[in-house]
Order: sequence, then structure tokens, then C-alpha cells
Amino acid sequence: MRGQTRFIASMLAFGYAFLYVPLVLVVVYSFNDSRIATVWGGFSTRWYGELLRNEQILDAAFLSLRIAVASATIATVLGTMSGLALARFRRFRGRTLFSGMITSPMVMPEVITGLSLLLFFVTLQQLVGWPSQRGFTTITIAHTTFSMAYVAVIVQSRLMSMDESLEEAAMDLGGHPLRIVFDITLPLIAPAMIAGWLLAFTLSLDDLVIASFVSGPGSNTLPMYIFSKVKLGVSPDINALATLIIVAVSIGVLIAWIATRRVRS
Amino acid sequence: MWKKVVTATPYLWLLLFFLAPFAIVLKISLADPEFGLPPYSQTASLENFAFLFSDKLYAVTYLRSVFMAVCATVLCLALGFPMAYGIARSNRETRNLLLLLVILPFWISFLLRVYAWMGLMNNYGTINTLLMWLGVTDQPIQLMYTDFAVFVGLVYSYLPFMILPLYATLERMDLDLVEAALDLGASRSRAFWDVTWPLARPGVIAGCLLVFIPAIGEYVIPYLLGGPESLLIGRVLFDEFFVNRDWPLASAVAIVLLLLLVVPIVLLQRYQARDQESTV
Repeated sequence: MRGQTRFIASMLAFGYAFLYVPLVLVVVYSFNDSRIATVWGGFSTRWYGELLRNEQILDAAFLSLRIAVASATIATVLGTMSGLALARFRRFRGRTLFSGMITSPMVMPEVITGLSLLLFFVTLQQLVGWPSQRGFTTITIAHTTFSMAYVAVIVQSRLMSMDESLEEAAMDLGGHPLRIVFDITLPLIAPAMIAGWLLAFTLSLDDLVIASFVSGPGSNTLPMYIFSKVKLGVSPDINALATLIIVAVSIGVLIAWIATRRVRS
Repeated sequence: MWKKVVTATPYLWLLLFFLAPFAIVLKISLADPEFGLPPYSQTASLENFAFLFSDKLYAVTYLRSVFMAVCATVLCLALGFPMAYGIARSNRETRNLLLLLVILPFWISFLLRVYAWMGLMNNYGTINTLLMWLGVTDQPIQLMYTDFAVFVGLVYSYLPFMILPLYATLERMDLDLVEAALDLGASRSRAFWDVTWPLARPGVIAGCLLVFIPAIGEYVIPYLLGGPESLLIGRVLFDEFFVNRDWPLASAVAIVLLLLLVVPIVLLQRYQARDQESTV
């Protein structure tokens, strides 16, 4: 028993070190004064200053945020509808195709999703003249399509774990079906919708490959900008950017963790 | 009426932006490349597919992609299983914290996490500096731009996908069964292989598929960490499209990749549907 426990403990230690040492080092090196990012040249915050003066990064970050908010919001609406349909309407025509289409974008390799959407947009442009240029709209549509799947799955599993008696009681009391959805079902699945929105938001902020396919000239998202830069090697201002993201995410997750612990206790 | 609207809206969206694009990829994969806009002909033939199967480069690339993805999956399982086991067996408080620490990297940009390894594995990066300081080697070991680096990147990025489904099954497992096996005189390894492993199998299958499927078409990790000779299928598709501007061939590459993935994807969906039913 002792040997087994020690093995598990050392695997855990190794695993977590593997997950976190690279992130810690990026944070440390972001305060490195040296231009050669891997040689220590003293403590400095100059890369943060350069980051904030870099208009290309700021523009790209703003575009990414706009796309993430828009696509996460549409994905939450569509995903919630899909989750409702799959969990509450037992039978409707084309259900198998529908549930297949909902989950497929989650497992589709990004290169395939990106390629197919770009070819689709190009064909559409030739047929009906829309979209006249690729950028914000096309990336938002692409991100909505793959992230609504995640919202749908979260909402669906929440609905499945919830018993229908509340909704049925309201129905028996003569409530209008639409009113029941807004007064009872939606408030109950609100946590799942928020979780889905947050997931869709981060998936959109994170995506490089699909956005590279469906964006047009002049519309660079933040990951596209970062990728074009790190292709050439390690770069100190990207370290600073990564640090800001790591810190922001950690604070957000920590707050969420404390909040859910409060609710539980 | 409103039920129809709720179903039809996402349905139409997916038909338009998910299914229709695939039909177009299929159509273009049968066309010939041409100069002009769009850069493909209106004819249909299987020439692109014939070319893919006759040219050794593509076959080798597909096989290499499968091989790399299988290796990454096995490595993830080897590291992820003991971790998931440890998390599932720890007490409530630590368990939540450990789970949180597995999920946290998910929320940090994937690209930046891969990038973090570039600084570590550089010739003058942290690992080599440390090794030279320890006197293990007197000149830097080439880590970046090798297959080793690609494996590290794949395992690093996809490890949480392996741990979470494994944890879910291991946590639900009845520990009394292992106890019973031990009481009846089974050795520890026998109890593991005859009791724990079969019970954990749904999680193992789900975790492996969740790692294997995205790893096979991976583009960013081999591009940033791999060498020029580590040609994988995601990169070939990207280059065929953007560098050679051969849209029909890129579409054919995508179709073959998809065919390769049909079995694992269907397996995963079957498993997930069953899992969802069993938790209700």
C-alpha cells in the first residue's frame, strides 16, 4: 500500500509541475530586462509599457474581445434552444441529424472546420454577394457554430439532471408554455447558461486556426497576431501579454471557486 | 408553435453553417485547380483522391500523424491515469483544489501555453541552462524543433482532456470491490488489472478519443515546436491551401482526414450519449 501511495503522490507532483512550471517561467521572464528573452538581465517592467504602446496588439485584442462577446452571446441563445429541444422535446423530425450536428463541431479538427467555412463563405459571396469582405462577421459566425455545441451540452445535461415536476406543475395550473420557459425553466438553467457563455467566450478568444481561415486582410485577432510574432521565436512583450492573461484568468477562476464554495456551504 | 421556433432556429443555423460547408468541401475536392476566381473548375473527377493515394508523401504524412497522435495518447494515459486516480482518492477539500488546478490551464490561451515551452526548450532556454549548470552536458542539447518537442507540446496541451473523464469514472467507482478482491487473496496488481482497470474503461476510452481526435489534425504545436521534417497532416492541409493555393487538393486532404476520423468520432458520440443516459 505504502509503495502504491508514494507512486501516485509522485506522479501527481510531477504532473502538476509539468502543467505549471512553464507558466511560472513565462511570468518570471516577463520581468526580464534583457531583449534576449531567455537570458536574465535584471528586473524591469519595460515590456509591459511597450505592450501598452503597441497599437497592433491593442487593435487585435479589441477585435478579439468584440468577436468573443458577440459569438458567446449568440452561441448561448442558440445553444440553450438546442439543449431545450434535445432534453425536453422527446421526439421531432430529424432529431438524430440534429444531435449529430450539435456535437460534431466539438470533435472536428480545427483545420477542417476552418477550411469548410472559408470555402462556404467564398461560394456564398459568389452566389449572393454576401459576405462582401471577411472579418468580424465571418469569424463571429464560425466561432458561434463551434461554441454553441458546448453550451448545448452543458444546458442539456443540466436539464436532464433536473426533474420536470416544477414545469409540469405549472403546466397543470394552466400556465402558458412560453411563460413556463421564461418563469421556471430559464431561471433554473441560468447557471448552466452562464457557464456556457464563459466557455464560449474563452473558446473564441483562444481560437487561432479557424479564425486564420475565415478572416480577411486587415482583420487580425489577438491569437493571429501572437502567432505571427512567436513563429519567429521567443519575444519579451509576448511574455508580458501572457502574464497578464495568466493573472487575469487565475483571479477569475479563484473568485468563481470561492463563490461556489460559499454557495455550497 | 414556439417549440418549432426553439428547434428550428439552431437547426437552420447548423444546416447552413455546418452541413452546407461540408457539401461544398466535398464538391470542391472533386474539381480541378484552375487559375482565376474561384481557383477551381466546375468539373468533377476523383483525380485529387487518386493523386493523394499515389503520392507517397501524403500516405507517409497521414501515417506519421496517426503515429504521433497514438504516441501522445499513450503518454497522456500513462501520466493522466495515476493523476486521476490520485485526485479521485484524495479527501474532498484537496480533491476540489486539485481538479481546479487541472481545469485552470484550459482557460489560459492554448497558443500561449504552447509558446511557454519555446522558452523552456530553446538551445539557450531554461532546460539547457539548467543541464549545463548541473554539468550534465557541456553544450546545449537540441530539444526544440524535434519530435520530442512536439510530443511534449501535445501531452501538455491535451493532458486535461485525459484526466477529466478518467476522474469522472474513477470517482464513481465502488472501492469495496477492490477491497473484496484483496480480501479474497488477489495481489495488488491482479486487483488493479482485474477490477479497477475494467471499471475505469469507459473513462479510458473517452479520454483517449478526446486526446487522439484533436491531436491528429493539430497544426499549431508541430508548427511552433516541431522541425521542418515533422510534416503532419494539419500542416499539409494548411500549406496546400494557403501556400500552394490548391483548393481542390486541400479539400481532398480534409475529406480523407475526416474519413480517418469517422470511426473514432462516432465511437466518442456513442460513448457520450450512453454516459449522459447513465448519469440521469
